[in-house]
Amino acid sequence: MPACPRGWPALSGPVALVERSLVVYRHSWHLLLAEIFEPVLYLLSLGVGIGALVGEVPGLRPDQGGYAAFVAPALLATAAMNGAMDETTFNLYAKLRTLRTYDAILSTPLSVRDIAFGEVLWALLRGTAVTVVFAAALAAFGMVTSPWALLVLPGALLVGFAFASLGLAVVTFVRSWHDFQLVQLFMLPMFLFATTFYPLGVYPRPVQIVVECLPLYHAIQLIRLPATGVVDGGVAVAAGYLLILGTLTLALALRRLRTALVR
Amino acid sequence: MAVAPPGRRLARGAAALSDSAVRVPALGAFGYWMRRYRRTWRGSVVISVVNPLLFLAALGVGLGRLVDAHQSAHLSGVAYADFLAPGLLAASAMQNAFVEATYPVHEATRPRGAYPAAAATPLSPGDILTGHLMFIAFRIAVSALAFVLVLLAFGVTGPATGALLLPCVLLVGMAFAAPLCAWAVGVERPSRLNGAYRFVAMPLYLFSGTFFAVGQLPGWLQWAVTLTPLYHGTELVRGVALGTAPAGPAAAHAGYLAALALAGTVLAHRGYARRLHR
Repeated sequence: MPACPRGWPALSGPVALVERSLVVYRHSWHLLLAEIFEPVLYLLSLGVGIGALVGEVPGLRPDQGGYAAFVAPALLATAAMNGAMDETTFNLYAKLRTLRTYDAILSTPLSVRDIAFGEVLWALLRGTAVTVVFAAALAAFGMVTSPWALLVLPGALLVGFAFASLGLAVVTFVRSWHDFQLVQLFMLPMFLFATTFYPLGVYPRPVQIVVECLPLYHAIQLIRLPATGVVDGGVAVAAGYLLILGTLTLALALRRLRTALVR
Repeated sequence: MAVAPPGRRLARGAAALSDSAVRVPALGAFGYWMRRYRRTWRGSVVISVVNPLLFLAALGVGLGRLVDAHQSAHLSGVAYADFLAPGLLAASAMQNAFVEATYPVHEATRPRGAYPAAAATPLSPGDILTGHLMFIAFRIAVSALAFVLVLLAFGVTGPATGALLLPCVLLVGMAFAAPLCAWAVGVERPSRLNGAYRFVAMPLYLFSGTFFAVGQLPGWLQWAVTLTPLYHGTELVRGVALGTAPAGPAAAHAGYLAALALAGTVLAHRGYARRLHR
């Protein structure tokens, strides 16, 4: 193990951790691939099935595609979120508490910062892999109509960063496996209500304000607007929100991991 | 604890019955699962009750506004929330069956699990299976009751229809639970259980007419869907809930589900005997 080079960001530590994850997933990469299966099923069922029931979506021109084109970017944002967050919640908790992997890693030249950055980097890679395959599936279904759709990839990268960092911060508060049910109790309503399946306009104004505060709402905006050919201030707001969320939660996670791991 | 957990009194009753002169051994196994449930019932409320209700609120009410404005002929004049609610009720019975009849069965068969321990007592493999199936039926019924009560509160169904819905939903759940027990007792690798959820339960959930009418699917897929148990479950529960089920087709759906539950139970009996007495 070469000593980490000086200066910020010292990448060799985080990269070593990513390398470890790649080795761990060497034989089970198909499990990651299976994660695409669920959003694609949702897309077929909701986009095609409910699409016929919904007809036109308010605020979406007919040439921008029907209901499927409305739901698809939201499912892509959700897939990027889940791909990144599964890694920094369930898997990270196992390594933190059950397997005590980090206790072993800290006896090497790697620091807590290397662990935090490395896990976020790995979660980001995983989220991106999910996104790329899902976006390819969308293109294959003929649902990519605008060149702006290329912005979906950097967008998904930012979504992955924000939720990987958020997951890392959340997991430092988790006391036992049972607490993940509380996490689910937040994640599921967010998935259902953050304009994934219908536009913000169906809610009364007070509910709209609550929804606009949800991180997944901004993740969906960041993906949906360019995917439907709209690039305006909304994209910038969403990107700013996710960048700030990711940075703040990463800083928080770093502080809390230091106290949790170094005693 | 301020509120008595739903399982406590039943567990005590089951224990009393299995200790009494009547001696129903399966109640001993049932009592074991009920006593376990006293510690974990809160989490199961999230999975089995809150989850379908959130789907109902988000899709039935939110998406319903778009669907009802469009007035698609596929729904034949039914409001989307009324169409969706019975579908979610049937699907939640399937999901509860998957939650209760895969991992717990697999865990219980492991060397230090509940089944080998129970098999070392006078309980027969059949008793162990019956007791566990009784517990799964209890879980499905309690979740269905909670769901139906919400439907009553929102005026989706009347009390008479609600009472009729409960046995239908229980039948749907057991049509999945019994075959799943038969399968899960022989599974060696737990990743298979995840695979069953992802590649069997999820596709059924999304394509068996829960969210949209099966008639909207292309012909070949429609034909495949009509063979699946959740399709019959959804048709039965929706027909009863909306009062649109003619007796003949309803009986056919119920018969299909009952046959599946029965065949699953017979297979599970054989599987449990092979696994626990070897």
